[in-house]
This record gives sequence, C-alpha cells and structure tokens, in this order.
Amino acid sequence: MSVTADETTKAGREDIVFEARGLVKRYGHVTALDGCDFELRAGEVLAIIGDNGAGKSTLIKALSGAVTPDLGGFLLDGHPVRFHSPADARAHGIETVYQDLAVAPALDIASNMFLGREIRRRGPLGSVLRMLDKPAMKRQAAQQMSELKIGLRSMTNPVEELSGGQRQGVAVARAAAFARKLVIMDEPTAALGVRESGQVLDLIRRIRDRGLPVILISHNMPQVFEVSDRIHIQRLGRRVALITPKEHTMAEAVAIMTGAMPGRAEKEPVATADDGAGTITAAPASGVSTVGVPVASAMPTRQVRKSTRSLTDTIGKS
Amino acid sequence: MTTTVVEPDTVRRANTRAVLRQVLGISTLGPLAALFLAGIFFSIKSDRFLTGTNLSLVVQQVMVVGTLAIGQTLVILTAGIDLSNGAIMALGNIMMTSLAVESGLNPYLAIALGLLACAGFGLLNGGLVTSLRLPPFIVTLGTLNIAFALTHIYSDEQTVSGLPSELTYFGKTFSIGQTDVTYGSVLMLLLFALIWYVLSQTAAGRHVYAVGDNPEAARRTGIQTRRLLLTVYAAAGLIYGIAALLLVSRTGVGDPNAGQTDNLDSITAVVLGGTSLFGGRGNVVGTLIGALIVGVIRNGLQLIGTKSIYQVLITGILVIAAVSVDQIVRRRNQ
Ligand SMILES: Nc1ncnc2c1ncn2[C@@H]1O[C@H](COP(=O)(O)OP(=O)(O)O)[C@@H](O)[C@H]1O
Ligand SMILES: [Mg+2]
Repeated sequence: MSVTADETTKAGREDIVFEARGLVKRYGHVTALDGCDFELRAGEVLAIIGDNGAGKSTLIKALSGAVTPDLGGFLLDGHPVRFHSPADARAHGIETVYQDLAVAPALDIASNMFLGREIRRRGPLGSVLRMLDKPAMKRQAAQQMSELKIGLRSMTNPVEELSGGQRQGVAVARAAAFARKLVIMDEPTAALGVRESGQVLDLIRRIRDRGLPVILISHNMPQVFEVSDRIHIQRLGRRVALITPKEHTMAEAVAIMTGAMPGRAEKEPVATADDGAGTITAAPASGVSTVGVPVASAMPTRQVRKSTRSLTDTIGKS
Repeated sequence: MTTTVVEPDTVRRANTRAVLRQVLGISTLGPLAALFLAGIFFSIKSDRFLTGTNLSLVVQQVMVVGTLAIGQTLVILTAGIDLSNGAIMALGNIMMTSLAVESGLNPYLAIALGLLACAGFGLLNGGLVTSLRLPPFIVTLGTLNIAFALTHIYSDEQTVSGLPSELTYFGKTFSIGQTDVTYGSVLMLLLFALIWYVLSQTAAGRHVYAVGDNPEAARRTGIQTRRLLLTVYAAAGLIYGIAALLLVSRTGVGDPNAGQTDNLDSITAVVLGGTSLFGGRGNVVGTLIGALIVGVIRNGLQLIGTKSIYQVLITGILVIAAVSVDQIVRRRNQ
C-alpha cells in the first residue's frame, strides 16, 4: 500500500490529509519556524529530519496543538483548523506518541490504553454510579493489540512488567486506536534497543497499512530510510526539501539537512497559484524539492568535507 | 512482537490472578498475611482475643485513625503526603463542639461548619501544592502548624464538654448477636467501601493512580491533573472532618490537644497496608488492614499483659519492613 515516489510526485491535492503553510513561530529573537510548509498525504509515513535547532520540535508542537504559531494556517482534510491545545488536536483525530514512554507503569495495559477516555457501563451503573466497563475496555484493548500483532496476552498486566518495546507498543496502540486522521511519533525508538526499535518500525508500517498516515520524527537515518515513504527535511525553520528514500541517498539527505547541499527548493520557490493557497494564510512558500538536488560541485570544498563528517556522525549515532 | 498461541490453562491462571489483583491489589496480600499471623498468635495466647466483643472493640479503637488514613491514602496515591490531617481533625473537633455548646448553634449546623472547615483546609493544601508547585510535605507541615494554632486560639486551651446527643450519635451502639457495634465503626467501614469503589471502579480513580504514577503521562492523555489534585486534597479534608466527628463521638468532649500524633499513625496505616509512598500504587483495602494490624497488636498485647510500648516497637519494625518491600518491588520493576 506504500506510496511510490512516482505516485507521490504526481499525486493531486485530493490525498493531502494535513497541510500547513507559512508557519512562523518566534521565541524572542529566535525564529524557530520561519515560513515553514508542511504536507502529509494519505497512506504515507512521512519522516521529518533536520539538524539540532532546525525547528523540528516546534513544528511537531504546532502540528499537535502544543504550540500556536504566530503566523500561518493548517488544513485538515482540506478544512482550515486551528489548535489551541493538544486536546484540540486530539479532538480533531490527531494522536501523538512521545519518545519517553508516556505510560503509567503501575496501571494495567487496558487502563493505559483508555486512560482519559475510559468506557463506562451502560445504564444507571455507568451514568449514575460512574462505573467503568472493564470487560469492554479489556476486550477492545486485546483486539487492538492483536490487530497490530503486538504479542501481549493479558490486558490486566501492569505495564511495568513489560519490556521497553512492549510499553512503547502500548503507547502506539493507544494512539492508533484513537487517531482518526493521523499519528505523530516523536522519536518513538529513541529509548529502545535495536531489536525493539525494529518492532516499533514494523508497527508503524502496520498502522500505515491500516490507513492512518504517520509523521515520524527521528534522528536515526537508517530507520528513516527504512520505514518512510517521503522525507521532510527541515533546516533553519523551513522545509528545504521533500524527498523520497528511493530517489535520494542518505548522504544526500544529510547534505541537504546540514546545508552542505542546498535543497533545490531554496532557490526555486514553487508556484502557489494552482494549489488552493487562497484558503490558508498566503505566505512566501519555500518550495519543495521532489525532483532532485543540485550537483555537488556547486558546493565549496571545505563544506563538503564538513558535511561528510557530520554524515558519519549521524549514522554512527544510530 | 508476534501473536502467540496461549494455552487455556495459562489464560485461566492469568484470569485468577487478574481477579485477585482486582479485588485486593497484589500489594495487599502481604499485609493480610501479617494481620492473620498476628490474629492467630493472639488467639493462641489469649482466649479473650477472638470474641465478637473484642474484635468490635479493635475496630472501634482504629475508627478515628482508620478514617484519617482513608484521606491519607488518597493523598499518598498522588505521590503526596499529608502531615496536617491530625491537626485539621482537631480543628474540626473543636469547631463542632464549641459552636454547638459555647455558641449554641444547631448541632447539625455546627457539624456542617466543622466539616466545611476541614474540607477548606484540604482545599488550601491542594491549592498550594498545585498552584505554587510546593512539595506536599512542606505545604502540609505549614498547614499543620496553622490548624494547630487556630485550634488553640479558638478553644482558648479549654476542652468542651456537655455535648448535645447529636454530636455523639456515632458513639452509640447496636447489637449483632451478642456483640455491640458502634455506628461510628460502620461509618468508617462504609467510607472505606465508598473510596474503594471510587478508586477501583471509576475513571476518576484511574486518574488518581495515573497522576501519582506518571503525572506527565496523565497530563498528556488529557487528564486535568491540577483539578484532580485539588479534588483529592479537598476530599481528603472532608474525610478528616468526618474523622473529627467520629472522634467527638468516641471521646464525648471537644479537645484541642486531640490527634497530635494521628498524622503519623495514619501514614503508618497506609504504609503497612502496602501503599507506596512514591505514589501510584496501593489501595484503601490495604489501609484498612494496616490500621487493623496496629489495632490488633495493641489490643493483643494488652490482653496478654505486655506493656503497650512493645506495640510501638513492633509497629516501627513493620513499617520498615513494609517500606523495604515496596522499594524492592519498585526496583525490580525498573
Ligand atoms: N520554548 C522556547 N523558547 C525559546 N526558544 C525556543 C523554544 N523552543 C525552541 N526554541 C528555539 O527555536 C529553535 C528551534 O528549536 P527546535 O524546534 O527545538 O529545533 P529541533 O527540534 O529541530 O532541534 C532553536 O534555536 C531553539 O533554541
Ligand atoms: Mg528537538
């Protein structure tokens, strides 16, 4: 079900699920987002990469409602939306998975899955006595786990008895269960070992294959190239390129990310006339490179060497 | 992460364990065993121990501290601690009696005002903890002193006697067979049942655990953690007010010096009951058992004619044991 590079570039606007234009967010003198664009299409895993300070976290916070941008707007399924809190974004069907295993360890799996969204009994037991429908929550949790092939048997086990990967599995399953539009994952494998990371990547693919697009923030280049359909490269508060792992190498991605190789888009703003930009705040859109990147010879030699080093650094870290 | 075929036997065992865990909380098994051991020991040593009258007496003796410990459990589950509950209870105690006797207020109104004052103090604790983000230990140390001072200023160091019968209603008894049981004991047990229900069967209860366990995770799931904490502290305050009424019923006087060590005794009951001081795990059934352990040991030692100071010694050892078990369990799970 994965969207091929070809489809991506040729796809029309209909399958854009979530879009942002010209996001600006300033913190005092620091401009964290500087006219940043964003686009997520149906059925894709979109990775967001960028150097430290590029504005990834701020972008994600804006997308998940934790931060309100100073300028710029969002379209969700083509409709303008505005989030004032994470609860707002959640109400619109956007769920976020955080890197630091945001579960309550002493509570059981079912309670964690339904935390804050508990199901009550039908009838007066539920409406008057506020009694939880534990069997229903257990049943639905188990169903969700088996659909995502997370091998957890007893929904009444406390989460602390699980491995790190399984705990993240619970958090991901929760997001997948409640997200209606898309799932955002902020470094979901950062706290995990190699094998467990692989399990979470499998999970990301399964969620996509069930029809939910996924936004994945990661520092881990091999993981990004393994799992994503497209890659949003963030630099100095903007999206400087939107590439596919099929048409670009890791080295190129890192070069664009570090500025050693300019994303074509930086020089050639994409025309905005035909893309319905009138419905959202018009902004000088920094464009998108889906075709390719300029030849390396355009770069000063010293910068090339620097970028090569940071490439090995980045890959070595993972 | 693959789907695993599970044998029915494993499922059944897991279910049995799940049921046990649901009813008691696994942390309650140790305290329950300790209570039984103490009970068996004293039954062998004294044939007066295992009688209805004596057991009813034990419950009556733990009635006040047990009720305070219910509120204490709520606070500790949120990873807090409440040092002020004994002092808040003393203030409620002196307000109820003094308003009814000295000011001549309708006794029910006096009780209501006393309960309100206690709930108000709980709300103050909660407000300071949530809005200023002060550690509960420090906040309640402060309100302990404030409530203590107010109690003594208001009472002018005088005890209040000659109470109207409405104030001592919960000291009255009814009979089950040969055994006299006070209404106060029943009220305490009902309160335990109510809070057990809220904590284990409602969403609000889940949220109390979640806030104590991982406040950030709770906040991210959309739980209003501040409002929840405020509610918990205010509810605890109201429960201390009920403890004040039970204290009045039992002693028949308003005493400004009442309950001075009851804050620590209530923490002891909570800890002996297997609730973690780190928050997020434990339950009120354990707290009831914890309170009963202290009560049984004190009562049993009296029956076999040992000095009551040994009860304090044994309680101290048990507290250390309980906290050690909690620490070991937590470390193993990390
Ligand atoms: N809350 C904040 N207050 C002040 N400056 C911030 C804040 N959040 C981010 N910034 C600044 O905005 C820039 C982008 O940060 P961030 O979005 O965290 O980038 P990234 O996640 O890509 O490392 C950085 O220079 C950072 O220092
Ligand atoms: Mg960041």
